[in-house]
Amino acid sequence: MYHNEMKIEFPSKSQNEAFARVVVAAFASQLDPTIEELSDVKTAVSEAVTNAIIHGYENSSGTVTIKCSIDGNKLTVEVIDFGKGIEDVELARQPLYTSRPELERSGMGFTVMETFMDTLEVESQIGKGTRVIMTKSFKSV
Amino acid sequence: MLLKFSKRGNTLIVSMCGELDHHSAENVRAKIDNKIDEFGIKNLIFDFSDVNFMDSSGIGVVIGRYKKITEYGGRVGIVSLKPNIKRVFELGGLFKIIKEYKNIEEAIESF
Ligand SMILES: Nc1ncnc2c1ncn2[C@@H]1O[C@H](COP(=O)(O)OP(=O)(O)OP(=O)(O)O)[C@@H](O)[C@H]1O
Ligand SMILES: [Mg+2]
Repeated sequence: MYHNEMKIEFPSKSQNEAFARVVVAAFASQLDPTIEELSDVKTAVSEAVTNAIIHGYENSSGTVTIKCSIDGNKLTVEVIDFGKGIEDVELARQPLYTSRPELERSGMGFTVMETFMDTLEVESQIGKGTRVIMTKSFKSV
Repeated sequence: MLLKFSKRGNTLIVSMCGELDHHSAENVRAKIDNKIDEFGIKNLIFDFSDVNFMDSSGIGVVIGRYKKITEYGGRVGIVSLKPNIKRVFELGGLFKIIKEYKNIEEAIESF
């Protein structure tokens, strides 16, 4: 089975949100995704990276890591931060749940990731950080 | 993200160009709010023709402006959503409160 992988690390600056989603999309494009599939991946990555920056590091400085791998026609994307962590992951994943309504957040990030990717796993520990693992298989291969 | 503003009667039209994410949202939010106050307008139309990317940060921007406008009895419309952006709005249940119009004319007529 075909395998490939990559890893990027960048500081938790909002300028890097666009960078991160474009890099992951470029990596995924070797699977000949449709425009729609590619835009799903971009949106999901943008959600996870934005969460790492605003919730994980609360806009202070830290490092965001993205690991991507391809196995056959399946893309796996991991977005990792070493920030504050999530107390109740089940609650956080509920549609419309946000801990920061004052920042005009809508609480739809995890729902977007879940809908636009095939699978979503969230591992988090208070004070240690959060790891979001998403996979998507591309039909076109 | 580049913003162009125009005014038709008591309606403000904001034409956005680029990508609407957490990074651009802050500036977009501030600029639109400034224009609403400066022009003292009643209604608001978001023209998405040249927006090619949006994540949930965009839902927050639109709902935030919706709250501000409707507080004073105004109306909000959205025009020209690309399919990927429409799907984000649908997930956020945005069309339950804000209508999408075919074009700016149709929105203004319905206000
Ligand atoms: N990386 C993270 N570190 C710490 N907390 C997080 C992280 N990601 C998400 N959360 C928590 O989970 C909640 C839900 O996240 P989600 O992305 O669904 O909504 P949101 O970011 O609050 O709003 P939106 O994404 O719609 O702007 C957040 O409000 C936050 O409390
Ligand atoms: Mg979020």
